[in-house]
Amino acid sequence: MTAVASPSANQANPWNVHLARILGVKREVPGISTYELAFEDPQVTQRFRFQPGQFNMLYLPGFGESAISISSDPERRETLSHTIRVAGNVTRALARKKVGDQLGVRGPYGSAWPMSVCRGHDVVLACGGVGLAPLRPAIYHLLNHRDDYGRVFLLYGARTPSDLLYQEEFDTWRNGGLEVEVTVDLGAEDWRGHIGVVPILFYRLRLNAAKTCVLTCGPEIMMRFVIFEALARKLRPDKIFMSMERNMKCAVGFCGHCQLGPAFVCKDGPVFTYEQMAPYLHLDDF
Amino acid sequence: MKSSKLPVGSFVRIDKPQLQTIIEQLQARGYRTVGPRLSEAAIVYDDLAAADQLPIGYLDEQDGGKYRVQAADGAGYFDYVVGPHSLKSYLFPPRETLLQCEQNQGQWTMELPTPTVQPLAVIGVRSCDLHALEIQDRVFLREPYVDPNYEARRNALFLVGVNCRRAAATCFCHSMKTGPALRAGYDLALTELADRLVVEVGTELGGQVVTHCDWSPCTMEEINQARDQPETLRKAMQGRPAAAAETGDGQPRGRWLDTNEIHDLLLNNLEHDRWETVGHRCLACGNCTMVCPTCFCSDVEEVSDLLGQHVRRERIWASCFTADHSYMNSGTVRKATTARYRQWLTHKLASWIDQFGVSGCTGCGRCITWCPVGIDLTEEVAAIRGADS
Repeated sequence: MTAVASPSANQANPWNVHLARILGVKREVPGISTYELAFEDPQVTQRFRFQPGQFNMLYLPGFGESAISISSDPERRETLSHTIRVAGNVTRALARKKVGDQLGVRGPYGSAWPMSVCRGHDVVLACGGVGLAPLRPAIYHLLNHRDDYGRVFLLYGARTPSDLLYQEEFDTWRNGGLEVEVTVDLGAEDWRGHIGVVPILFYRLRLNAAKTCVLTCGPEIMMRFVIFEALARKLRPDKIFMSMERNMKCAVGFCGHCQLGPAFVCKDGPVFTYEQMAPYLHLDDF
Repeated sequence: MKSSKLPVGSFVRIDKPQLQTIIEQLQARGYRTVGPRLSEAAIVYDDLAAADQLPIGYLDEQDGGKYRVQAADGAGYFDYVVGPHSLKSYLFPPRETLLQCEQNQGQWTMELPTPTVQPLAVIGVRSCDLHALEIQDRVFLREPYVDPNYEARRNALFLVGVNCRRAAATCFCHSMKTGPALRAGYDLALTELADRLVVEVGTELGGQVVTHCDWSPCTMEEINQARDQPETLRKAMQGRPAAAAETGDGQPRGRWLDTNEIHDLLLNNLEHDRWETVGHRCLACGNCTMVCPTCFCSDVEEVSDLLGQHVRRERIWASCFTADHSYMNSGTVRKATTARYRQWLTHKLASWIDQFGVSGCTGCGRCITWCPVGIDLTEEVAAIRGADS
């Protein structure tokens, strides 16, 4: 399970938590907010580096930890953003937190989107719902280093137009050289865009199979059909990257919860090549 | 008493009651001494204040879903085999505090507790359990993530191994190449002969401890006798009939796990019919994972006061047989017991090899004995092998 490089751990005791403070809470869409965090200890800020696609364990005492991807620009080092959908115990408690409140942060953990593999390639980012959050650092990276990459497509879907994340940034991204295609499951009266699932957006692309990478994040069923479309266009299985989600208690391969076949999703993933996951994706209950 | 040093690799003879001196020597050096004890009709690990607390003269009878301890004529100090406990609970405790959080005037402090580690000596460890320890080391001590508490306890461990001279019907260490002979990882290795113990010195500290016994150097014949004993047992295990004891002459049946290409065998048969069959027998009770000396899954619990101002994060043992284990907000991944048994067995025997370079099974047989319905992983693997799809 070494196809996607896992940046090395940067702390001695894996259970060590760093205190952070909430600097800002931005309500993105119903049920999803972005929290801007800063470490209390400037030395931690100094040390902390992450790569696009990595995640932190966010901790609220009495509620527990939740594995949340980092959604900010890796080159902006003073603060960290996490875009969080209210889904369980911990995220519900987080939703009650305000600017100035503290929480614990461990990380960063996991493998990253393989930006070095993408270099010189066209890049398709295909995501659904809150699955755009772990890809946003990759988008910032692609925009910051636009000349290193070929065409970059963002294929993004959400349930309704009002569930689309980061809409106010789309124009900046388009101006920066991203081709943004958006679709929704259910339109609204004033919606002029696509209606349908994310994989159908592939039909609008003319891809150079030998020089294209796909990065996908979203519900497993969506990723499976994104991959289906990519393979149908003769893209290579080792150039299709997916971010998997599993239950995680430790993020360092101790707790066993996130196993998916031979992989610990926390430390071998969450970003895998399709090649790594292909034997398991079709299995029920695996 | 002789004062000369006993180098690593030397063999000495002591009388069996001399074990008491070994225990006292370890206690004098600050060790907590633990060993097999008879408790609630089972042989478990517990504090061993003196050698006469060992279950001397007892035998255990084990088979699928069956465990009985009985006094038996002629049984020695160590003729029972492994009970439900292993070294796991000493190094990876069933409950352990990971983090302590205090809120004071709105400010949190979050600190790692510093565990006080008392050196621990375990007397009577079998080869399968020494291998289990080595397997757990690969989980908790491998870069980049090292569990510092496990590491501290591991470094403060003194191990007195015992070469088995008897095997239960559930034992299959010979097929996993993890026993019955001790190979490495002990400070002292005991081999019980009819009227004495042969002690092999495994470490310098082990040598120092034994010099305080009333020992004599072993003759070549005794050394050979000590070496032959586990080998004789291995051959006997190999020769046992595979039929169930009930149908035979009362002699323990033999078990064998064919490990040939087992990684590919299991991972290429993830949709085999046998998973359904065993899934319908399995109660998903998690006993197998609790008694397994290598299973390492854990949960983290928040233990809080009513105001939520004093909070401890506690790690507790978990089992892949629960619905919670694979729970995500989008639902439980492994909904059926069938899927959970498949996860456990394929992890233990196949994906463990991908993850840690070794099998997760030591052939100790505990999961067979302590399964309430007697599910036998050697039978499950044989069934899958028999009808490889």
